[in-house]
Amino acid sequence: MSELVLELDGVTKTYGEPPTEVHALRGVDLTVAAGELVAVMGPSGSGKSTLLTIAGSLEEATSGAVRVLGESLSGMSRNRRAALRRRSIGYVFQDFNLLAGLSALENVTLPLELDGTRAKAARSIGMAALETLGIADRSERFPDELSGGERQRVAIARAVVGERALLLADEPTGALDSVNGEAVMKLIRAACKRGLAGVIVTHDAQLAAWADRVVFVRDGSIVDQTSARLGPESLLATESRS
Amino acid sequence: MSVRHALLALLAEQPRYGLQLRQEFEARTGEVWPLNVGQVYTTLQRLERDGLVESDDHEEGPQKTYRITADGSVELDVWLHTPDTGVAPPRDELVIKMLVALRMPDIDVAALLQSHRRQLVETMQWYTHMKADADHDLGLALLADSELFRLEAVVRWLDTVDSRVKQSATPLPLAARSVAQPTRRRQGARR
Repeated sequence: MSELVLELDGVTKTYGEPPTEVHALRGVDLTVAAGELVAVMGPSGSGKSTLLTIAGSLEEATSGAVRVLGESLSGMSRNRRAALRRRSIGYVFQDFNLLAGLSALENVTLPLELDGTRAKAARSIGMAALETLGIADRSERFPDELSGGERQRVAIARAVVGERALLLADEPTGALDSVNGEAVMKLIRAACKRGLAGVIVTHDAQLAAWADRVVFVRDGSIVDQTSARLGPESLLATESRS
Repeated sequence: MSVRHALLALLAEQPRYGLQLRQEFEARTGEVWPLNVGQVYTTLQRLERDGLVESDDHEEGPQKTYRITADGSVELDVWLHTPDTGVAPPRDELVIKMLVALRMPDIDVAALLQSHRRQLVETMQWYTHMKADADHDLGLALLADSELFRLEAVVRWLDTVDSRVKQSATPLPLAARSVAQPTRRRQGARR
């Protein structure tokens, strides 16, 4: 069995105090292995984005355990957690979150340099990531000189660069049209095929369908998940209509 | 659309005779689906032949009462949970299934919706992965896209049903409500 990169164990998240508290997550169990792309699908307010921020240690769970690469987040020092976020976890958000004053390449290399990689080495690792995503020729451009699709590729390059093990994406195709959105999903899928563990949260079934496994969230709980099935033509043989 | 399953669902609530079945069927499908009495009786005869309903043998004619059998209940349950992944656009039949399910007392509508949603998304995964693996084949990609948009529309419709049912205090379709309880409502208004 492949290595488990992300493990959520009975995770709950409550905002506010009784009697007006909000239960965003009510005991979520989820594991994602290296090389696996999982989609978390649910309506607005179902808790899916909270699940992602807790998995990425951007927020703390109220109770339950979160482990990344086998290490429990709750026992970790603040510094250790920050280092884990820089080194092992990549984030892709709907609005890209690129820094406007930095070039495409600098956006990608910044987390590496913050983590102590020398500038020259960071530069070559960053260029390799941009090349994988087909935008090496845009490396010196600033975000406002890039198209929406190119900006999101830079954001993905930043998320998968270096030794990243976990890719977390919240509605990663944002406002892109379906062909550009598909290109983004292909890149995320390819990154997972190379060994990353990926989690995308979305309300969009077309987006979720890129995943190896789709889990359905409702009112803060995982209520269902897909399993691999045979193609639709296998059903035609048994198709009978009265 | 399967008239036989809709009739089975109506008989699952209570025994009824043919004319009542026709009226209820039309009321619950918002009268967009007119049935003639002949269709109803032919279908009832076939259902009886197949052991899915039974009738009172001593009665004949329009007042003959039909009730669902144990086999009929099983058949109805299987139909409600069967995914529509065939070649024909599935939405119409799915719409009828949901209208039927909303009236049935012991059905967990959210779970039924999720069962269909999951099966639709599984089919969408299959098409998406096929498209991704056949990168060079434009024709295949277009075919997959077309199926994906169609299936996505069905998933979005299910999501909408989900929200509407959640918001609605009495989860009955409007048409059925106004037809089934006109007298009681008028009395209530006078009180």
